[in-house]
Amino acid sequence: MEAILANADWGVIVILLPLTGGIVCFLWPAVSKTAGLITVAAVVLAVAGLGRQIMEHGAYRHTVGGWGAPLGIDLFADGLSLFMLIMTALVGLGISCYAKSYFNPRDAVWFWPVWLFLLAALNALFLAADIFNLYVTLELTGLAAVTLTALTGRIDALSSAMRYLLAMLAGSLAYLLGVALLYHDSGSVDIATLAQRIEPNATVWAALGLMSAGLALKTALFPLSFWLPPAHASAPAPVSALLSALVVKASFYILLRLWLELFADFAEGVSTLLGLLGAAAILWGSLQALRQTRIKLLVAYSTVAQIGYLFLVYPLASASSGLAAGIAAYLAFSHALAKSAMFLAAGNLMRFGGHDRIADLDRAVQRLPLTVSAFALAGVSIMGLPPSGGFTGKWLLLDAAMSQGRWDLAAVMIIGGLLAAGYIFKVLGYAFMQAKEPHDARAVPAGMEWAALLLAVGSILLGLMASEIFALIHPDLVANAGGAVERVWTA
Amino acid sequence: MNGSVWLPLMVVASALLPGLIIFCLPEEKVRTRTVLNLAGAFSKIILTGWMLWGVYHGDRYEMRVAFLPELDLVLRADSLSLLFIALSSLLWLLTTIYAIGYLEGSPHRSRFFGFFSLCVTSTSGVALSGNLITFLVFYELLTLVTYPLVVHRGTEAARRAGQIYLVYTISGGTLLLLGTVWLYSITGTLEFRPQGILYSLDGAHYPALAAIFALLIAGLGVKAALVPLHGWLPEAMIAPAPVSALLHAVAVVKAGAYGIVRVVYDVFGIDFAATLGVTGPLAVLAAVTILYGSLRALAQDNLKRRLAYSTVSQVSYITLGVAIAGPVATIGGVVHLVHQGLMKITLFFCAGNLAETLGIHKVHEMNGAGRRMPWTMAAFTIGAFGMIGVPPVAGFVSKWYLGLGALEAEAHWVIFVLVGSSLLNAAYFLPVLHRVWFRDPPDNWPIERDFGDKETAWALLLPPVITALLALLAGLAASAWFSPLEWVKLIAQREFYHL
Repeated sequence: MEAILANADWGVIVILLPLTGGIVCFLWPAVSKTAGLITVAAVVLAVAGLGRQIMEHGAYRHTVGGWGAPLGIDLFADGLSLFMLIMTALVGLGISCYAKSYFNPRDAVWFWPVWLFLLAALNALFLAADIFNLYVTLELTGLAAVTLTALTGRIDALSSAMRYLLAMLAGSLAYLLGVALLYHDSGSVDIATLAQRIEPNATVWAALGLMSAGLALKTALFPLSFWLPPAHASAPAPVSALLSALVVKASFYILLRLWLELFADFAEGVSTLLGLLGAAAILWGSLQALRQTRIKLLVAYSTVAQIGYLFLVYPLASASSGLAAGIAAYLAFSHALAKSAMFLAAGNLMRFGGHDRIADLDRAVQRLPLTVSAFALAGVSIMGLPPSGGFTGKWLLLDAAMSQGRWDLAAVMIIGGLLAAGYIFKVLGYAFMQAKEPHDARAVPAGMEWAALLLAVGSILLGLMASEIFALIHPDLVANAGGAVERVWTA
Repeated sequence: MNGSVWLPLMVVASALLPGLIIFCLPEEKVRTRTVLNLAGAFSKIILTGWMLWGVYHGDRYEMRVAFLPELDLVLRADSLSLLFIALSSLLWLLTTIYAIGYLEGSPHRSRFFGFFSLCVTSTSGVALSGNLITFLVFYELLTLVTYPLVVHRGTEAARRAGQIYLVYTISGGTLLLLGTVWLYSITGTLEFRPQGILYSLDGAHYPALAAIFALLIAGLGVKAALVPLHGWLPEAMIAPAPVSALLHAVAVVKAGAYGIVRVVYDVFGIDFAATLGVTGPLAVLAAVTILYGSLRALAQDNLKRRLAYSTVSQVSYITLGVAIAGPVATIGGVVHLVHQGLMKITLFFCAGNLAETLGIHKVHEMNGAGRRMPWTMAAFTIGAFGMIGVPPVAGFVSKWYLGLGALEAEAHWVIFVLVGSSLLNAAYFLPVLHRVWFRDPPDNWPIERDFGDKETAWALLLPPVITALLALLAGLAASAWFSPLEWVKLIAQREFYHL
């Protein structure tokens, strides 16, 4: 038994499990809740199995069906991929527990199969070893995400889903063009092979531009973030949480991976630009969030701002790319936990009061203490106050910025933190007060409150586990630029 | 000794665990809540006593956990942290008793006492921090957990006050963060050490270090209410009286002042700071704050606001003593940490009693209050005399050492500041005392509650009487072995000057 567990092909299982689960949910809607939850829990265990293998043997490479690159499909996982898989599995589990009580039977029929399909696509994306597979999985992720946005079928949901779809397609198309160019230039789509062959020439520059722009659009990097607030705010709460916490991280991961292994050495100018846009995103997103009068829009704009922090990593990466990737992944994880908790808490407040107007929260602190605690704890992480994942991430970024004398970036981070405090405490302040027109409160299922709270507590605990996490994303376990993975283990 | 690693953590946990349990308690479980509160407070006192004994005999208690690669979170009990811990344990107990009496029958008490305990938790963490990053973590945590206490009443005015409070404290925390990261990027360590961590650095870093000093002091100065960063303090008076008492005497302002002591002595080192030329401006800033706070206090009719400005002024004695480089002034400043705590908490307790029992909020309503509430007003009088610096109350001892220290360091202008401030203190306290004792009471008090033949509830009366007596004792028995002064001399000897 022990031997089976140690040698199983967890990478394949991690993809097949949710796919199978999704099909089961689709065929037998009556059992979709149970089947869905069990599947997600099983994915968590499978990721744990994969993690154990990687910790013991180093990076993981699996050749599907025995056809190696350049012909077949390879699966590849190092510390960075593993970390993203862990993030997806854990946050996904939290959101699934919430979704169990959230959806009415009509919507649940659609939610579970599509969500499991999305999970399979995300896992496959984090395990993809070549840029074409990344495209395929990215496209699947995007389609599943758009479907989830349109789930309720209401007019506003449909129109923002349409906008979302167009942005997604444009982004994928740009990325695909880039893939084609790179393939034309180097004759391979395998990242490791590309890393050895790539040389800066006009084609590669065009590919880099197209891929970066496409991925920036999908990640909603300012000013390409126009589609995000309406899409994230109009979706049902668990879907908003999935989109903000996980889906935007998928395209960000691709960009990070490409940068780490292909482009970092010669594209410093683009790094600067990405950093600049990230800084603009922090300021613009935070200011917009501060102006909102509804919680869900506020949280959505906060996502735009927080994505900006991820992009600050690029200009700071030159000195030590392994560590920079670690910081980016850590920030992404901490944002995923905090933001999903926030959207779920916002969902609870909407269920409770029938609206999400900030000024009419009406003593939510007393009446919905768990939910408000979840919002507050997640807010602590978003503001970057200690002790939380957000704080540790910000500390690392600030340290990197200061060491390199990048005062401008440090200033933006600081101001972003202050603005975040502004919009978080705007919500919390009103939660203490009595509304002018009190309304009847509807009950919120305990499971929904606890799911939000546990995710928020996770975002706090993450800050105390930073040293363990950085051992996981240690440069030894992350493929270095140039593709020279030192300890590759082939299953 | 193996268990000693855990002692600092247990001190922090002694406030944290009751707090977390109290959050889960239903509102009507008054007895369970009271038991939990008191159990926490008493166990903290016992643990503190244990550590005091150990540290006096030369033990060190330290606990480390990895926060980041090459950066630890450190809880360490040395003589300075124990001074602050001892003060906070004692006053937590008394404030808890007071708050139980004060909030009897009012709503949301579980929430209140929960955050109250968390506030003490963060204060203990601040006191026990063994490096700047740990300090920063607890310092920010303190901001977060005091916010719900400030907005506790849930009115629009409370929300506004909370907003002002946050604008100041979060900005301050940000400056502190900036300074800390900058320092770390230069030194690679944030450990608190006697003589500091910077004396071996290259001279090329000096301008940056001076800027870092300014950032750190600005960050800490917000909580320590240094002018012009003091604006939140009078606004936060909207909070219930036990909160004001705790914020002013123990938690928030003291965390700032204590941080300044740590930064000057254990990060920069007093000699290095003097070489850098940053102590002089700090002393001037403290002196300005002392005079400005007193001047503003003169004009306040609202009793709590008058006390708030008085706090602005008095807390800066600590900073002043620290900034005048020299052992005697330092003793005066650091001992004021305790003395001001005892006296100010007495005054706030008494103000709360007046408000709860007679509905008095304004100074002009206090005529003849001494006849109606002799015990309360006697305690108030001792506190006020202490603030003015009348011997033998504790405040006199602080001022005496500050003055001696100034002479020793040849900073003669400080004497004028001390005299001027004492005159101003007298000018805003003596008229109050005159009203209280020598004017006739009005026919009707604004809102009078009936307590039978007692002047007020015992839970409200006992704490101020005890703290007033302690303030008196700390002055009368200043040279006894158990006095705060003797302990501070021990600190100066061990940590600061190695006399």
